[in-house]
Amino acid sequence: MAQKSKAIVINEKDNVATAIVPLKTGATVSLAAQGRSEKIKLLSTIPMGHKFALAAIPKGMDVIKYGEAIGQTTAPIAKGEHVHVHNVVSHRGRKEGA
Amino acid sequence: MEFMGYRRANGKVGVRNHVLVIPSVVCSQGAAEAITRNVKGSVYLPNVFGCAQVGADREQTKRSLAGFGTNPNIYAVLVVGNGCENLSAKEMAEAIQPSGKRVEYIEIQEVGGTKKTISKGRKIVKEMLADAAKVERQPIPVSELILGTECGGSDYTSGLGSNPSVGAASDLLVEAGGTVILSETTELIGAEHLLARRARTPEIGKQVLDLIKWWETEAIKTGQDIRGANPAPGNIEGGITTLEEKSLGCIYKGGTKTLEEVVKYAFPPTKKGLILMDTPGHDIDQLTAMMAGGSQIAVFTTGRGTPTGSPIGPVIKISANAETCKKMKDNIDINVSTVVQGKESVKEAGKRIFDEIVAVASGKLSKAEKLGQRDFCIFKIGLNF
Repeated sequence: MAQKSKAIVINEKDNVATAIVPLKTGATVSLAAQGRSEKIKLLSTIPMGHKFALAAIPKGMDVIKYGEAIGQTTAPIAKGEHVHVHNVVSHRGRKEGA
Repeated sequence: MEFMGYRRANGKVGVRNHVLVIPSVVCSQGAAEAITRNVKGSVYLPNVFGCAQVGADREQTKRSLAGFGTNPNIYAVLVVGNGCENLSAKEMAEAIQPSGKRVEYIEIQEVGGTKKTISKGRKIVKEMLADAAKVERQPIPVSELILGTECGGSDYTSGLGSNPSVGAASDLLVEAGGTVILSETTELIGAEHLLARRARTPEIGKQVLDLIKWWETEAIKTGQDIRGANPAPGNIEGGITTLEEKSLGCIYKGGTKTLEEVVKYAFPPTKKGLILMDTPGHDIDQLTAMMAGGSQIAVFTTGRGTPTGSPIGPVIKISANAETCKKMKDNIDINVSTVVQGKESVKEAGKRIFDEIVAVASGKLSKAEKLGQRDFCIFKIGLNF
């Protein structure tokens, strides 16, 4: 299973990919090895292990990884943008309740 | 399949043959440490509790300490008390006695000071060690193994590589008739529905959901936000955004088999197969609970690296982060970064981990053991008075 991709999509339902090497703004990432024929242009620098959006995600929508919701967006996220604590909030364990 | 282990009087099987010194109270911890110092084959527990505790909190401390004493990795036990604590050395020794192994106790006040206690304790421990040396390893079916699973210092490679690989190893052990403990309940939040779906009965499934609800409610009651502690700052830096993301990566460790039982903190499983033990996500609270519940060996996945080890059993460290494997090579036993890089399948890495579990169970030292890493910490659930 040779893999040249610099990012991984774990489940086909996911709307984010995980960078397995550090990626720079403006770089184009090919997800050919993931059974997808997509190329995504990055709008942010993505540190290794961090996530970027595979498609635009409106504010208040679920972020999907492992095929499950991992949280909700707090701002609209563009395709190729960094997805992390600055624009995603957990549904769970919050003092104000889910 | 078999490994080479120590069959005990009560039929249980150990992968190590230690003599354990348990301080029943924090006051005798110094003496217990001194008794085992430079005495090869003996270990002590750095217990900081054992006095001024009541109710369920006292019971949890007692059960955890006694669980270490009864663990089949231990050949014999010396309990050292001070004399006036409310968890007495005698009570502790009596709790370990049913396991059928030799258990002695001494108290600093009764013996007459620390120096005499150390010399008397060393004499007893050396006698026990001489007897322990006569016991030999014998072929034992792997179905006797109770594997503790744990993750700590997680990053994105944990959910992508090391946890799924450990899950494949867990499946192999369950298929061979063994037992796998999944724990750290707080790190199941957001993924509990997936585990509940795999429960043997609807009642067991409901227990899973109730546990999660309890933890979440407790967190909210404190007026605090569980997110302040979990994911930890290092997790976030490593790319994990939310608790759900961490949890979904975390439950891979348990593999894909049916969930047979839910047990409380530091209680022994009564079934074989996949077991959920209710523990906090705190690495050492959790490791202590699994060892007290009878786990002889544990696997511990890490992304950012962690030195964790147990005083009484091997803890095999597994990482899928290539940089961590290089940077912390004295701590990491198995490198599965190959999975994240697409060079090895999860199944192949799982087989590699399973083979290492068998080798370490048979006597090969884990890196944490070589380093003398002996972490011990009981989950405190009440006030000291």
